[in-house]
Amino acid sequence: MPHEFEFERPVLELETQLKGLQSISEENKIDLSREINALAEKVTLLKTDIFRGLEPWQVTQVARHIDRPSTLDYIRLLCGEEFIELHGDRLFGDDPAIIGGPALIGGHRVMVIGHQKGHDTDENLFRNFGMPHPEGYRKSLRLMRMAERFGLPIVVFIDTPGAFPGIGAEERGQSEAIARNLAEMSQIAVPILCFVIGEGGSGGALALGVGDRVFMLEYAVYSVISAEGCAAILWKDAAKAKEAATALKIRAANLLDLGIIDGILPEPMGGAHRDHAAMAETVRRMIDGHLPALLAIPRAELLEKRYAKFRAMGQFRIAQDVADD
Amino acid sequence: MNFLERLIGPRKTDAPSELWEKCPSCGAVLISKDLARALYICSKCDQHLRMPIWDRIALLTDGASFVEADQDIESVDPLGFIDTAPYPDRLKKAFKKTDAFDAVICGEGRLDGRPVLLGVMDFEFMGGSMGSVVGEKITRLLERAAATRLPAIVVSASGGARMQEGIFSLMQMAKTSAAVARMNAAKVPYVSILTDPTTGGVSASFASLGDVNIAEPGALIGFAGPRVIEQTIRQKLPDGFQRSEFLLSHGMVDMVVHRRSLKQTLARLFTMILGPLEAPHAP
Repeated sequence: MPHEFEFERPVLELETQLKGLQSISEENKIDLSREINALAEKVTLLKTDIFRGLEPWQVTQVARHIDRPSTLDYIRLLCGEEFIELHGDRLFGDDPAIIGGPALIGGHRVMVIGHQKGHDTDENLFRNFGMPHPEGYRKSLRLMRMAERFGLPIVVFIDTPGAFPGIGAEERGQSEAIARNLAEMSQIAVPILCFVIGEGGSGGALALGVGDRVFMLEYAVYSVISAEGCAAILWKDAAKAKEAATALKIRAANLLDLGIIDGILPEPMGGAHRDHAAMAETVRRMIDGHLPALLAIPRAELLEKRYAKFRAMGQFRIAQDVADD
Repeated sequence: MNFLERLIGPRKTDAPSELWEKCPSCGAVLISKDLARALYICSKCDQHLRMPIWDRIALLTDGASFVEADQDIESVDPLGFIDTAPYPDRLKKAFKKTDAFDAVICGEGRLDGRPVLLGVMDFEFMGGSMGSVVGEKITRLLERAAATRLPAIVVSASGGARMQEGIFSLMQMAKTSAAVARMNAAKVPYVSILTDPTTGGVSASFASLGDVNIAEPGALIGFAGPRVIEQTIRQKLPDGFQRSEFLLSHGMVDMVVHRRSLKQTLARLFTMILGPLEAPHAP
């Protein structure tokens, strides 16, 4: 049974009724198909309605759902056995919060890199809840350079609450690791395709996000700071996370409007966690649809365009008459 | 007049200053008018206090050689952001407090005769936070350095990204870091000077990417703020954690340099890397 959201409760009640009807029908061999179909339709309508009206804070909860497909789920569904995980940054250690390795997706030889969260507490403790240390970013950079060497395009899955704020992370240069990724990624001469699949948490997410195309899943979020963190700093009250989530404009639709991302992947009814296979199929179609065109762009032009893409981000104005001063 | 002046009236030129302030480290009472001459260093404990940006520019450049660039870039409110106050109000307040349009001043000046490009961040302007304007000005500075082959120096002081600009402020990290990568490719030196405090999105972008990273003594430098770390790991942080000397011993900065030696250190460094300054051409 998937973990439920408060806002889904009306749907879940109907779904329970529906199951009841189905079992009555089966056990007693009565034809209730009309009732069952009517109820099923009602469930779909209600679900559509609820998910259409989700508040940004509720979307954040969907993005963090423990059953939401993770990088390894996509790898399993997209690559099957055709993935070899590589480990370590060759400097300090291996960070389980970021994984990566060469893979085959729909006939494309690629390098897959992504944040990795867990689906239960044990797994999350091992993965540090998807919050990388510097060695995670340095491993990812090592793999990106390898991809460049062998001409493999890079597919990135972004899903992290943020880079880990801890003593070891600071000692080993969390800032430098992120900054280095940002600088180097802008010059990796193979196509980079990024998918924000869950949480795009600040610099820890962006450190894997300097791509030629950046897509977001419908209920993913991408933000400069977590809603809770923003509320704690600006409102001095972490309970204002709802307000902060709205103010920060963190939804895929917002970021598409603001020109930050290149497209949105619709999610299965009720969110990606309800149907991993369908979600993975949508991701596969996006990769199929975009990789060939990106691979056809000459490398120098690709890098020029990638630079220009991020160079253009930001809004400001030029004062008309500052010369009067 | 620009839009801010139209809203709040012309800039003040004679802001009243406090007569004295207390050293945050040793508590010594420091007379404000002496502080500027002492380069904002505590006469008792040598603590490096935050230095006003124009004093910093005067410290690092020769005479009146500094010419500001891109001073006409102003912030807008791309998200219509309101927390406990609307973002435009916060900008107005910061403008009044600092007489600056945003949290960085950039330009060209001479350092011991050598032309350099210099950016100085202003912690007084909304905590030195990086939004679109800071990102754009830093990027232009670095691009200009790559194009003109003049070395670039950026003096950082920042709490990180400017939350009121949301995702735009995050993307300034990518933009400025990519510009550093281009400077590296152009083989033009970039020196990052980290002052108290340099954290968050600024520390995790251009400030950590200098060919040479120099920290001022005792500056707080790190990715996450100490309070966030304490709350996350639920333990007290060791003394000196995330201070300049800690970064030096962990290999994150090349040197910790006293403010009084900063200009001379930069001059020597550029001479070592780029060779002695050529005699100026006859007019």
